[in-house]
Amino acid sequence: MTALLSVKNLTVEFTTRDGIAPVIDDLSFDLAPGETLSLVGESGCGKSMTALAIMGLIPSPPGRVASGSISLAGENLLQAGDTRMRAVRGNDISMVFQEPMTSLNPVFTVGEQISETLRRHQGLTRRQAKALSIEMLDAVQIPLPTRRINDYPHQLSGGMRQRVMIAMALACRPKVLIADEPTTALDVTVQAQIFDLMRAVGKETEAAIILITHDMGSVAEMAERVVVMYAGRKIEEGCVDDILARPRHPYTRGLIACVPHLLETVSAERPYLQEIPGMVPPLSDFGFMGCLFAPRCDRVETRCWQEKPKVTQITPSQSAACWNLQEAKVRVDA
Amino acid sequence: MPDTPVESTTLLTLQDVEVSFTLKRSSLFAKPSLLRAVDGVTLSVRKGQTMGIVGESGSGKTTLALAVARLLPVTRGQIHMNGVDLLSLRGEALRNERRHMQFIFQDPYSSLNPRLRAEKIVREPLDRLSIASTSRRDDRVRELFDQVGLRRDQQRLFPHQFSGGQRQRIGIARAIASNPSLVICDEPVSALDVGVQAQILNLLRRLQEELGLTYVFISHDLGVIQHMCDTIAVMYMGKILEEADRESLFNTPKHPYTQALLSAVPSADINRRNRERRIMISGDPPNPIHLPPGCRFASRCPQVEDRCRVDTPPLVNIDRHHRVACHLVKAAG
Ligand SMILES: Nc1ncnc2c1ncn2[C@@H]1O[C@H](COP(=O)(O)OP(=O)(O)OP(=O)(O)O)[C@@H](O)[C@H]1O
Ligand SMILES: Nc1ncnc2c1ncn2[C@@H]1O[C@H](COP(=O)(O)OP(=O)(O)O)[C@@H](O)[C@H]1O
Ligand code: SF4
Ligand code: SF4
Ligand SMILES: [Mg+2]
Ligand SMILES: [Mg+2]
Repeated sequence: MTALLSVKNLTVEFTTRDGIAPVIDDLSFDLAPGETLSLVGESGCGKSMTALAIMGLIPSPPGRVASGSISLAGENLLQAGDTRMRAVRGNDISMVFQEPMTSLNPVFTVGEQISETLRRHQGLTRRQAKALSIEMLDAVQIPLPTRRINDYPHQLSGGMRQRVMIAMALACRPKVLIADEPTTALDVTVQAQIFDLMRAVGKETEAAIILITHDMGSVAEMAERVVVMYAGRKIEEGCVDDILARPRHPYTRGLIACVPHLLETVSAERPYLQEIPGMVPPLSDFGFMGCLFAPRCDRVETRCWQEKPKVTQITPSQSAACWNLQEAKVRVDA
Repeated sequence: MPDTPVESTTLLTLQDVEVSFTLKRSSLFAKPSLLRAVDGVTLSVRKGQTMGIVGESGSGKTTLALAVARLLPVTRGQIHMNGVDLLSLRGEALRNERRHMQFIFQDPYSSLNPRLRAEKIVREPLDRLSIASTSRRDDRVRELFDQVGLRRDQQRLFPHQFSGGQRQRIGIARAIASNPSLVICDEPVSALDVGVQAQILNLLRRLQEELGLTYVFISHDLGVIQHMCDTIAVMYMGKILEEADRESLFNTPKHPYTQALLSAVPSADINRRNRERRIMISGDPPNPIHLPPGCRFASRCPQVEDRCRVDTPPLVNIDRHHRVACHLVKAAG
């Protein structure tokens, strides 16, 4: 596959009170055209920072890209200037944030905001932009779009606001859509609508999607491939079905096993959940020379405290960074 | 004759409970509007069990819980705990009854007083309710720290020196300090990371077994509800639409809303994903102030019929432990 977006050995450093720490530590992954990739991990693992790095929006100070490259269709975005990055953000890559209220401007109607994006990036006239805005609200299933374009963000429900954000993000038919926990604040029935919408418009516009989430269920339902992050590092990567059936990194396994997944049929039996003891380390500990998961790991060995785990290529599509990989579970059913 | 005989093991019963809020009038001439956040809820919770309440945002879960704890006025109906009529209690009697009922909140950040040391927070219900002698209270606090998995050397720290999960443990220690029979948990793990969520859910289950606690457990996460609860009530716009024991509710959900809710949950369980009978419901819940007549779910129900927009379906038993409010589901016998 030829990558549309390629992140190579990316390191982003933050200056904190305790010194300099890598929020993103030597991260590499590829995104193919039209594919849906998920970034998954607990909060504070660097998922949002990865998204902001791709958008060229790392807050600076305290942050800065220390090394690595991010290329979109061959162009290294880290070398691009401000003007070029603004154009990239409008036309090639766009992002949907977790809380749509904070990313919509409260003093403009949703119609004005979508039109503005269209006029700025596609040079449409006011009338063309308005007509297209209505069409787009209709496409994201907002009822009565001719009326709704005159609404202010606070007049819409959370689900409708997120749909407006998706409409705006897709207004210029980007090649890459980054959705950072787009449904965390929404009810499940509305989440299902948003996911359906993302799938449909993704297919329609052939945009590749990066879905950031902490929920393995969403990963299973939405993505083809998944990158698991822990404390700024990629610790496992692979096709979703492989990772769910045969997670090889202890953290990935824990992340799947600790959640009470909704089951199709329940019996009277109810075992305790598998716990991941402890929690994600603070940023000041990121960049530690050993394995950052060691304090929480049930397979830890001496070496784990001393050396950064080497990446093992398990299959052509699955890899993990661990000194003591979990055995692939052997299925015992006849 | 009441049609649901009170079982000897029942701890808490709610009869036709209503909680309404009067909203500020929108203009000088408008009538002040009434929002029925909880509308005629009848429930019973058995001793030592977990009653789950699940529903979307705004369905009335928290309002119901606050009403049971007498932290909000009840507009209509009756609540009994251990045979005591809670709504008739005043002053001293109410305070005494409160020790049997405690609350665990969603947000471990704002629910603890930031200026008090952890030990003081945990000890507060013992002091307030004058439980045990002063010296015995110190022992009790140490014991509580052990029980919830906090170290004794953490007793003198302040809330901001703990992680979210640890703060939730402090909240749990405070809740069980007075040896309550009932603990109401309102979204106790929603603000926590999944790894920490598992620790807290396991702790709650272990404490239930050790101390014989009864839980009312509120969550919007159906996986968590399925894992934790013995009986589940599904709420929508202030009403219970379905209530059943765990196996009946999840294996044979009857109400169209429950079915849609379950099928909307994205799942890592391959059996669920392979099945592919997704029931999509469109739109958002209706405006709670201007509720149309008839079934609350009618505006989003894939099976809606004309009568649904006229008559409100009553919550009826379809078998001993399964109640449903839908015109399409037949009552037992
Ligand atoms: N103090 C209040 N005054 C007016 N309306 C209120 C008040 N508290 C709650 N409501 C309304 O009552 C309804 C039920 O709210 P409640 O907080 O009980 O929902 P919930 O099921 O707990 O939702 P969530 O999942 O978001 O916590 C909502 O429409 C809410 O806006
Ligand atoms: N502006 C900031 N200043 C200092 N630290 C930050 C800032 N923003 C994020 N961080 C830290 O960077 C780390 C990664 O954050 P983030 O990418 O937001 O994680 P995620 O999205 O996976 O939850 C966390 O430890 C977080 O506390
Ligand atoms: S490297 Fe060691 S500590 Fe890290 S995940 Fe693997 S076994 Fe555990
Ligand atoms: S009563 Fe009618 S509208 Fe309500 S859930 Fe049943 S079929 Fe749907
Ligand atoms: Mg984030
Ligand atoms: Mg609530």
